[in-house]
Amino acid sequence: MAGDTQQTGTEYIQHHLTNLTYGQHPENGWSFAHNAQEAAEMGFMAVNVDSLGWSFGLGVIFLLLFRWAANRATTGVPSGWQNFVEMMVEFVDGVVKDSFHGRNPWIAPMALTIFVWVFLMNLMDLVPVDVIPWLMLQAGVHFQKIVPSTDPNITLGMALAVFGMIIYYSIKVKGVGGFLGELTLQPFSAKNPVVQAVFIPINLALELVGLLAKPFSLGLRLFGNMYAGEMIFILIAMMYSAGWVLGTFGGALQLGWAIFHILIITLQAFIFMVLTVVYLSMAHEDH
Amino acid sequence: MELILVAAAIMVGFGALGAAVGMGLLGGKLLEGTARQPELGPMLQGKMFLLAGLIDAIPMIGVGIGMYLIFAVYAG
Repeated sequence: MAGDTQQTGTEYIQHHLTNLTYGQHPENGWSFAHNAQEAAEMGFMAVNVDSLGWSFGLGVIFLLLFRWAANRATTGVPSGWQNFVEMMVEFVDGVVKDSFHGRNPWIAPMALTIFVWVFLMNLMDLVPVDVIPWLMLQAGVHFQKIVPSTDPNITLGMALAVFGMIIYYSIKVKGVGGFLGELTLQPFSAKNPVVQAVFIPINLALELVGLLAKPFSLGLRLFGNMYAGEMIFILIAMMYSAGWVLGTFGGALQLGWAIFHILIITLQAFIFMVLTVVYLSMAHEDH
Repeated sequence: MELILVAAAIMVGFGALGAAVGMGLLGGKLLEGTARQPELGPMLQGKMFLLAGLIDAIPMIGVGIGMYLIFAVYAG
């Protein structure tokens, strides 16, 4: 990373934007991709090993830490980590009580999982850009993106899981007929059955757009925020190879941007959770 | 091929415009509401952050796609 031609700058950026992809290449067989173009040639069934590994590992860390605190819950005054976990649980409980108007014991634990898991994944963005990829390079791994939420596969996967839950609970609470009625009989309705039949395709188009906007906006919002944040970290990191003055200035910029990014990280995790709870509350509405 | 840069610039620019106007209105209403009822200040501020994140969503998606176009598509 010490060469200073324009090409090397671009290569640096692209190197840090490439996932570690494992899949079946038409020429190389089942292998890790050596560059972004090979990864694209692998097609749809290639797997981003680094995103999967980090997101799974962070999920396990969340479960272990929170389970450790849950096992030690007593009626006494908590302190330290125990206190923090109880604060988190109370906070999420408050949000769910405010936004969720149905009856479902799974919503609050799921909201807690989403909030803490997305927050942990976003938090990886604060680790300086080159640290872990350099360590991985010493171990022989050439590409590593440590922030799973900069991978659209991860964020859209979570959003589609939420979408699946929306449809499942909609059908469970309202029935298939009620769910389809909600899609076809709103917002235009009429007493005359012929006019009603004409309105159905119009209603369906409008309601389907609204329905499909939910998971896509949920997933892409998180992806866009995190990808833009990581991109700015990488761009500022390029200043480190431009001499002492610019390097120190780059360090100060990284610090400033990281402090601002702490707000974005927390906010995006919170928004993902609140919107999930609100969408599921809408799915549980039984008129 | 250079039109990709213009496309990215339009995406980011118009997104920034929309986000700035939206945030300005939101912040103005927050200040007004807090001035009328200071005891609701913390609650209004909490809701403002939520709405700020929602307002930023589409411009941020545009920025993400714009960055991808500039650094991965154009330079690649």
